[in-house]
Amino acid sequence: MKRSYQDQIHFEGRIWMLGALGLFISLPLFISIFTGVWPTMNKFLPGFVATAVIFWPVTTIEVFTFTPMLGSGSSYLAFVTGNLTSLKVPAALNAQDALNVEKGTDEGDVLATIAVASSSIATTLIIILGIILIIPLAPILESDVLKPAFDNVIPALFGAIGVVYITKRFKVAIIPILFMLIFFLFVPGSGGLVGIMVPVGVIISITVSRILYKKGLIK
Amino acid sequence: MDFLNVWWVYVIVSIIFLYVLAQSTVFLLQARKRALSLNFTKEQIRKTIISSMIFSIAPSLAILFGLVILTKIFGPMVAGLRLGTLGALTYELPAATNVIKGVYNVDIGSSLITPDMIVTALWVMTLGCIPPLLIVPLFLKKISKRFEQMKEKDSTWKNIMMDALFLGMISAFVGYVVAPVTNETTGETYISLLAILVLLTSGVLIIVFGFIIKKYKQEWLKNYALPLSMIASMALALVYALLGVR
Repeated sequence: MKRSYQDQIHFEGRIWMLGALGLFISLPLFISIFTGVWPTMNKFLPGFVATAVIFWPVTTIEVFTFTPMLGSGSSYLAFVTGNLTSLKVPAALNAQDALNVEKGTDEGDVLATIAVASSSIATTLIIILGIILIIPLAPILESDVLKPAFDNVIPALFGAIGVVYITKRFKVAIIPILFMLIFFLFVPGSGGLVGIMVPVGVIISITVSRILYKKGLIK
Repeated sequence: MDFLNVWWVYVIVSIIFLYVLAQSTVFLLQARKRALSLNFTKEQIRKTIISSMIFSIAPSLAILFGLVILTKIFGPMVAGLRLGTLGALTYELPAATNVIKGVYNVDIGSSLITPDMIVTALWVMTLGCIPPLLIVPLFLKKISKRFEQMKEKDSTWKNIMMDALFLGMISAFVGYVVAPVTNETTGETYISLLAILVLLTSGVLIIVFGFIIKKYKQEWLKNYALPLSMIASMALALVYALLGVR
């Protein structure tokens, strides 16, 4: 029996992703096998617990936050290639908006997959080039002159995306934006919590939009 | 890190990079085929591919900045692989720090870092971000089905909810821009006016591009308005910094 497009995506996506999982684990595994250097439990466990206690919940919530935005095809790819918030999700968004395609539809999903795949190819090639040219590139990338540009990728990205979506859904945007501005301004050390605050922002904006929708204030 | 500068590490890392490129290419070709069957034109698909690649340049260059930092610990191959797949500097560096500084009490970048510290850090970095690679293959189909059912029930709400999802993410990053930052050398904490100015510049630029698209019917610009706003505001960040804004 011939699989539907969606079934085919899930079938192949699972294979690709499990293959990637095996390959990612193979790197430290082969390094340990070939060098004979293995982590000892008394050193590994404290480091692992300190990391997993933050990143396991964050990365788990990321799956439930970003997969509805990306759709099935691009999710199987984006979670392998990483850099979701600064690259993959905005690339998908840009592609859908440029062609005025509704998100969450077959058309939206397919455009998101094209955008995420193209973005992944470009980023991978740039990183490979960076590895090859690391010696001449390092002083340029670390120069004080260029630092302000590299330090401000996030504001440069979310300023533009923000204007588009805030003006589109101002009533929905106002409460989550105000909440986040107050949170990040006044909570000490909040700069390191942005990954955790994304799902919080999503919960607030969905709750606000649901209330406004039920009251007939947005459509 | 010299012990990672050997031929077999290059082979393993090259295989993983080739795998990621192969997966991206297969997904791109399949999606292209599907897009054509959904009546997208070849020109629309071509423009989407090009604009997505152009958009990726600036954030990728920022990843290279992270590559320089991680290379000092893991060498360029392993550092590049960690940043080009699954991870990001915001995850990899804290994970490595948890081990090297937290467990061994040695500073990142110190000459006292030994192979067992590096191997332990690598294992922690690998296993510390494993959940998506298990959850997505196991549960994505179920999540998608649930989402489909909800969409069929109320399509108006679906459109609003999709925008709300993006706004949730956007609100977190807009807020993040005003978070106080600490100067690593002086220890001084301040709110970065430069970051706020770049955010506003980028916002103003996309409004200007939107105006040009509408007023002068420059439809082609739609695909490039975001990458252009981003790159131009990053370039202007250099000018603002030269003017003393920080």
